[in-house]
Amino acid sequence: MEEDGFLLKTSDIRVAVLRIEGTNMAEEAAAAAKGSGVRAEIIHLKQLEGRCSPAMRRSLQDYHMIVIPGGFSSGDYVRAGAMFASRIKSSIGREFMNFIDEGRPVLGICNGFQILVELGILPSGGEKGEMLPRAALATNLSTRYECRPAYLKNVNRGHCVFTRKIPTGTLLSVPTAHGEGKLTFPPGKSDEWVAKLEESDEIVFRYVDDRGNFAGYPWNPNGSFYNIAGITDDTGSVLGMMPHPERTYWRYLHSDWTRGDLSGNMHGDGRLIFDSAFDYIVSKF
Amino acid sequence: MPVFEVRITLKEGIVDPEGENTKKTLQLLGFDDLKQVSFSKLYTISMEGSGETAIREVEEMCRRLLANPAIHNYTYRLIDEQ
Repeated sequence: MEEDGFLLKTSDIRVAVLRIEGTNMAEEAAAAAKGSGVRAEIIHLKQLEGRCSPAMRRSLQDYHMIVIPGGFSSGDYVRAGAMFASRIKSSIGREFMNFIDEGRPVLGICNGFQILVELGILPSGGEKGEMLPRAALATNLSTRYECRPAYLKNVNRGHCVFTRKIPTGTLLSVPTAHGEGKLTFPPGKSDEWVAKLEESDEIVFRYVDDRGNFAGYPWNPNGSFYNIAGITDDTGSVLGMMPHPERTYWRYLHSDWTRGDLSGNMHGDGRLIFDSAFDYIVSKF
Repeated sequence: MPVFEVRITLKEGIVDPEGENTKKTLQLLGFDDLKQVSFSKLYTISMEGSGETAIREVEEMCRRLLANPAIHNYTYRLIDEQ
């Protein structure tokens, strides 16, 4: 990673992988971050709330980036992500929003994306206000849990910090594993929302087929409107995505990895998303 | 102690895959006269507070957690006043 002239080194970056009960992808998310040479710590929300021993107490200011990983936080009761979001709102909500306002990256993967939507942070479209959802990640059209490889196209034009190292139009292979991932806008407002997000460059990843064409099911695993797989906010430093980049962090995690060129490094497609954020952090802080 | 029944339904225009799939399965079981199946969630909430305050609190519960305003409607009714 290019670090010349910057005060912060990649190895100085501290990442909080935020969990509560039911989160189950924290280890993988932390392993991915550590693979890039940063320091990653899995922390429970209670450690930020102070509901722990003094030695375990943490503050968001201790970190440069937050990853909210996948899983089934609080059993997905009420709605996927709704409980975790409510617990953030009721405790560290202001601190969390300040973190974003400072331009510190937040990555929500799968359940993490659902949490960011339930928090009212995504989609943004420049709208601010009470932390209430403006969209939903609704039940997949298939009503099935869709767990398999997926192809994503980076359609972001440069606003999102998580695609700094990914040229626009690049195809990535990143698997999905969810039952509620269909990005759904209020009735009659879908076109309006997409136009707004397009204009502000807040759409990041869209599902495509193996040739890079926008396509429906099964390429789009959940029926998400406009094939949207991932979006950012108005700051560009928040990314919510249903597919799991930590699951193709290394090339040997790709389902078809033995068919490709086995020389060179073993970096997988998902690594680019993490490394883009770390590259941004080094340049900004 | 007022007891409320809170019902969360999908807004008109929001696709209801759970309802649709349930309908198909019921038809497979031979229920041919089936017209529509809609998915909804029902919560029973018992409150400590009195009438008006309790109603306001249930309203806030719906608004802030039980329903997602982007896709859900909610209704509630008092079912018991022990």
